[in-house]
Amino acid sequence: MAELFRRLGAVAGALVLGTVILWVLFLVVLPQLFMVDMSLRPHLPVPEQGGPADVRSLANYATLFANDAHRGIFLRTIFSAALVTVLALVVCYPVAYYLAQVARGPTAALLVLGLVVPFWVNEILRTFSWFLILSRNGLLNQVLMGLGLTEAPLNMGGVGAVMVGMVYAYILFMVFPLYNAIESLDRNQIEAARDLGASWPRIHARVVVPHAKPGIAVGCIMTFMLAAGTVAVPQLLEALPGGTNARWFTQVIYSLFFDGGDWNSGAAYAFALLVSCVIFIFVMMRVFRVGIADVAK
Amino acid sequence: MSAKRLVDLFVYVYLALFFAYLFLPLVFMVAAAFNDSRFPTMLPWQGFTLDWFWGFDSRGRAIGLFQDGRMGMAIWNSVLIGLGVILVSIPVGLAGALFLQTIRTRAKSFLYGVMVSPILTPGVILGISTLVFWRYVFDVGGGLMLAVIAQSTFIAAYCMLLFLARLERFDRTQEEAALDLGASHGLMLRRVMLPFLRPALLSGAVLAFLQSFENYNTTLFVIGIEDTLTLNIATRVRLGLTPAVNAIGVIMIALTILGAVVYEILRRREARATPVEPVAAG
Amino acid sequence: MLAGQSVTLERVSMAFGDFVAVRNADLHIEAGEFFSFLGPSGCGKTTILRLISGFNEPTGGVIRIGGADMAGIGPNRRPTALIFQNLALFPLMKVWENVAFGLEARGVARAERRRRAGELLELVALEGQGEKLVSALSGGQRQRVAIARALAVEPAVLLLDEPLSALDLKLRQKMRAELRTIQQKTGVTFVYITHDQGEALTMSDRIAVMSHGRIEQVGTADAIYRAPASAFVATFVGESNVLAGRVIGTSGDEAILETAHGSLAGRNPHGLDAGARAQLVVRPERCRLLDGDAPGNRLAGTVERLDFEGAFVSLVVRLDDGAEVTAQLANDGSLPRLKPGTPVAIGFAAEAALLLPVAGDG
Repeated sequence: MAELFRRLGAVAGALVLGTVILWVLFLVVLPQLFMVDMSLRPHLPVPEQGGPADVRSLANYATLFANDAHRGIFLRTIFSAALVTVLALVVCYPVAYYLAQVARGPTAALLVLGLVVPFWVNEILRTFSWFLILSRNGLLNQVLMGLGLTEAPLNMGGVGAVMVGMVYAYILFMVFPLYNAIESLDRNQIEAARDLGASWPRIHARVVVPHAKPGIAVGCIMTFMLAAGTVAVPQLLEALPGGTNARWFTQVIYSLFFDGGDWNSGAAYAFALLVSCVIFIFVMMRVFRVGIADVAK
Repeated sequence: MSAKRLVDLFVYVYLALFFAYLFLPLVFMVAAAFNDSRFPTMLPWQGFTLDWFWGFDSRGRAIGLFQDGRMGMAIWNSVLIGLGVILVSIPVGLAGALFLQTIRTRAKSFLYGVMVSPILTPGVILGISTLVFWRYVFDVGGGLMLAVIAQSTFIAAYCMLLFLARLERFDRTQEEAALDLGASHGLMLRRVMLPFLRPALLSGAVLAFLQSFENYNTTLFVIGIEDTLTLNIATRVRLGLTPAVNAIGVIMIALTILGAVVYEILRRREARATPVEPVAAG
Repeated sequence: MLAGQSVTLERVSMAFGDFVAVRNADLHIEAGEFFSFLGPSGCGKTTILRLISGFNEPTGGVIRIGGADMAGIGPNRRPTALIFQNLALFPLMKVWENVAFGLEARGVARAERRRRAGELLELVALEGQGEKLVSALSGGQRQRVAIARALAVEPAVLLLDEPLSALDLKLRQKMRAELRTIQQKTGVTFVYITHDQGEALTMSDRIAVMSHGRIEQVGTADAIYRAPASAFVATFVGESNVLAGRVIGTSGDEAILETAHGSLAGRNPHGLDAGARAQLVVRPERCRLLDGDAPGNRLAGTVERLDFEGAFVSLVVRLDDGAEVTAQLANDGSLPRLKPGTPVAIGFAAEAALLLPVAGDG
């Protein structure tokens, strides 16, 4: 801490230190702790709060696992988010590699700009654009009927639609980390490997992918976290015909908070979601052997 | 056809499909805003119209986006929240960056992890924890102020990373030179360090505003009974969908492209505006 | 107006954790002197500079500038100005703003700052360049901006941290002369840090040679070259042949050293007694090729190689036990043909060799 004051002087040093303490305490750490605390308490009417019945327990978490519907939605959400992550990785890797190592000059710059622009289009609108394609009078039904493949419009809502929407909404969070990581690979390494007679799959397996590990980890973590944690995509796509059976875990949390008013169970469910994401992050960091500073930068 | 040509062809087809996948849904959405059809779709095309921006239906009711007062309110709220987030995130991000770049304690990487953790936390959880904490400790309920606070938890971390990256390129002997020439710490900050950080502060402000403006997941939990642009769009999609939503989309995409271009220009200028390469290697 | 002040170090030490960067430095630099610290990287010379400028406080000892104890006085309140190795010019300010920054820090009005900056830019031959950005200047010009910026605060002591190391050889030689001229014109005390003996020898009034945090020797360039105080100084400043042995006899101010290569005589300014372990150092240019059985100091071996260096050649001779000695011989056409492997003997006068005590032997 002394370095801080030596570098910035007493006034600025105190301001910086104070701001950081306030931020970390009031915006980052304490809210999470309060959420955990709330998740451990029973849902009671206001007069009984703090009374003899207000004792901490894991009851709210037990509910999550005892309630078949909620547990099912929780597991499906985690599984689907992982599937979305894998799909996005598979789709993005060739594009990221091409843009980072093969494309040259203005073409490359233009293509990268072609990624930047949709990246900034908001999640709601991106999801809405797929809503329009998949809806009853939507583009896909129109095309299918126009081709005579189906008589009546199909109901396209459901888990599949939500996953399609998610891949579309979060694919760019996979492309950019991959692109940045692969771009920093010295082209000579690829040429050297080729020169030594390595096949393309081997070059990717032994040279490109190992180099791009931090990028892959970041892309997977961001995509998974966004997919598991979104309300926007399932809420919109739920409005598709046949979409009501595709409830997402975040929607369960939302209705606990605002329909049921049971903030305690809501907090427990939210914390369970957070823990899943943290576990995913640690698994990724372990698998790809990267540190937190590589992941968030 | 040689094997190489075949591979090239495959690559081009793949890229074309990928970019079509990225852009076509947005193109359809934009096109539907101008289709004279009650339901937002591009097909069948029933003629060009601007009614969904400003117009009346056969019974004389206003159907255009700009005739909707609630939408105006929602946009106004989004702008207010965005400005609030800038006001919180820039100083907090700057303090965080200076703090992390200066301290030398062993807890540094742990502190770094804590400070960037909001970026890796799902937005709904940031919203929920903020709501719970402020409701019970300060009795602050959902509303614009809480939206600013909740969004700032992670947007400040983004700003911090931006400033940290810029600070890493700062030649710290310039600070020592200023002090050695007799400057107070305040003068050093004002004349040497902040001017160096200025481009990053600018792009940080743009980034903060854009992130705030398009936020949905966090805002949903902390906004109370207020409305924002993204919430408004989501509500319209679920209840009473008309191509007026597409009209919003058109405007937002236009603004987004503008904002993205400005942000990219700032970022590139910032990357170029590195100081004179030091005369000596070290 | 500008005037130099003296700098005194009294048993100054600096430790970073377990690492001792400077050990018991005792030194007095006169007001108006051009004084250099010379040593290899890591010898502690930069630490000494940071101690004098106030960026670090010594862990032991006292630093005085103009006789006043500097303890607890920060860099912005010392009568010193530092020229950084990378110059640390402010890239976002114009040249004149850079030069006038120290005056800005002292609350001098803008018009006066401009005027003073103009004068200083003239002093360093940069008149008319004030409106440019630093990035528009060449390496040598930046160097001079840094000097002007440091002089603007009218320091009593100017500290220079290898400021010429990034310049090419020609520019470096030119800047040496300019630095010396500016120092003489201003009368400011210059404390110069370098690992380049050429810079130290040509510019300085006096030099301190440092090694491993210790000041090995302080003296004029001539004194250090002629009478190095240790084998380290003898080999770091110029080249020397060093031969180890034991003193077997003394006569007057000379002594005889018994070495693996026979008995060798040299000057004995340290008054070493018989039995003491010692090193004999002799400069290559004082060695000559012997023919026949000439008396005196003699080292026999075979030619290892002959390096042609223009005005002279370096003859490297491998002695019987594998050690090498070098002789610099005038390239005047008198040299015999010396192929590698030819047996030769080289010799030197006793007054050309110097006996030094071995460190750690008292």
